[in-house]
Amino acid sequence: MEGGPGDSLQERLGGLEAVGVPAVAATPDPKGVRLRRRKAIDRVARWFIAAIACTAIAAVALIFLFLAREAFPILTSSAIHEEVTLGKMIAPQPWREGEPPYYAWQPVSKVPKYSLLPLLVGTFKVAIIALLFAVPVAVLGAVFTSELAPRKVREVVKPAVELLAGIPSVVLGFFVLMVLATHLQDLLGLQYRLNAIVAGIGLGLAIVPVIFTLSEDALTAVPQSYREAAFALGASRARTAWSVVLPAASPGIFAAVVLGFGRAMGETMIVLMASGNAAILSWDPVLPVRTVPATIAAEMGEVVVGGPHWTVLFVLGVLLLLLTIAFNGLSGWYVRRLRQRLGGTS
Amino acid sequence: MIEAKRYRKGTIAFAAVSGSGVVVILGCLALILVDIFVHGLPQLSWEFLTQPPRDGMTAGGIFPAIFGTVLLVLLMTIAVVPVGVITAVFLHEYARPDAWYARLIRSAVYNLAGIPSIVFGLFGLGFFIQFVGRNIDALLFGGEVVWGQPALIWASLTLAVLTLPVVIVATEEALRTVPRENREAALALGCTPFEALWKVTLPQAAPGILTGAILAVSRGAGETAPILFTGAAYFLPYLPTHPTDQFMHLGYHVYVMATQSPDVEATKPILYGTVLVLLLVTVTLNGLAVWLRYRLRRTQP
Repeated sequence: MEGGPGDSLQERLGGLEAVGVPAVAATPDPKGVRLRRRKAIDRVARWFIAAIACTAIAAVALIFLFLAREAFPILTSSAIHEEVTLGKMIAPQPWREGEPPYYAWQPVSKVPKYSLLPLLVGTFKVAIIALLFAVPVAVLGAVFTSELAPRKVREVVKPAVELLAGIPSVVLGFFVLMVLATHLQDLLGLQYRLNAIVAGIGLGLAIVPVIFTLSEDALTAVPQSYREAAFALGASRARTAWSVVLPAASPGIFAAVVLGFGRAMGETMIVLMASGNAAILSWDPVLPVRTVPATIAAEMGEVVVGGPHWTVLFVLGVLLLLLTIAFNGLSGWYVRRLRQRLGGTS
Repeated sequence: MIEAKRYRKGTIAFAAVSGSGVVVILGCLALILVDIFVHGLPQLSWEFLTQPPRDGMTAGGIFPAIFGTVLLVLLMTIAVVPVGVITAVFLHEYARPDAWYARLIRSAVYNLAGIPSIVFGLFGLGFFIQFVGRNIDALLFGGEVVWGQPALIWASLTLAVLTLPVVIVATEEALRTVPRENREAALALGCTPFEALWKVTLPQAAPGILTGAILAVSRGAGETAPILFTGAAYFLPYLPTHPTDQFMHLGYHVYVMATQSPDVEATKPILYGTVLVLLLVTVTLNGLAVWLRYRLRRTQP
């Protein structure tokens, strides 16, 4: 607010009248009854607002509590231990007599098999493929948008990225399943139409906006003085972007990548629709793959409430929750480091 | 001169490489939108939007799915907007920014935003259905299963928890744009803090709060994973009229038709039409919110 103290006061009063508050005091209130009532309302409102504000904390606590509650019988229930224990989920099992122990996820069979490893490998495999696609595209795009692009281009790219972020994952999954999978199969001559590459690219599309936005934020957070110093030394725009701005923003970009990885691990619908959903223990990207979230989504509808399979799916949920929280925390830590680094020097 | 030439060449090469990232993003987006519009647009008709499906999903319309989605999102909005706005008000207007409880709430919001949507589905199943619903049944219905099963109300509450961070973040941003002087003027005129909030701050923040609500609706309308086992049904012969009814849903409809249809080619036109409707709903709302926010940022000092 510029201007002298006098006209700024008038401006404030004008501002109040503009929103419909009479600037003149209301009718007299000699006994202070109305004032007391207004103060009481204020106190009640304060407590009410503080109480409601705890909802977010309660939500996170309840999510942990009730996932753990449904997963807990894996440790204690003897009825469930007849079919599955935590040890059986982690170590390879002699599922078939006369064969060496191996890992398998086959919950619906005569001998239900609940090895975690195929699902975990599948989850990481698809998420890594998604990163391989999304990181170059999103980071390069962000560098171009924030360092080189003219204003007009920026005003097209940023809404476009927000538009991409607004496409529901089920629509992306549909597109990958119906269109991309077929073309990619023809293009690469793959044996399976639905495989880890197709699902990974679909996932990549979903996490491009996350990585792009966070990277762009990190790049714009680099103080202008860094660029000016580089220009003064005779560096070109490209040289400045590559050798000065990008390294300065690197913790923020790393945070973006980590967050993208966390998102890719937890994303459900795209993988559920486009991955082929076969729990094969292999790092081969051309095979169909089954991830943890897709397993929960596909199997939860048909299990007996409170049974071994139900419990195991909740164990998967707890595992997924812990993994994503860990990746989010790591990402947040890098964002803080970026702020410290840039805050201390600008 | 040679130096200058190399200088320019380097810049052009770098711009080309980094610009390719932008080209890929825009290209993918255009590809997706064009494919869905080209195949979906011929499907859109009055009948498609107002009739229930017929002949094993190969004919008719998707009215029940639209109706279910709207109802779901409406209930979600009623639940999430007040809670989200109040939380943001507390964080921005009442709590000291470095207080431990404010930091705790912020960290909860941050974590809530990062939890995978399928985990929200498990939460809805474990908490709302198995705990809240079953206990209501045990207390009021003598154990008969009424509330303790997948239902509209549980799906919308699950989505409300999922979209809570969206509303909180947008509302806080909106509150930040209200100049401090306006609150101070209200207080100086004798308003209690709550009156200043109610009569000055909130009305001025209203467009930003609306933006947050629209973003939440757009997000909620598109999410499918959390409602898979908290209330969505593939086909229902009736429309949901009670909170404990199940409902049809655009996203779930797309998922089931695309993955479990016995004859994909026969359902394909309907499928594309459904995807287009879902996309139009979410993208229009999202675009509206982005545009509103853009305008707000411009007009604010």
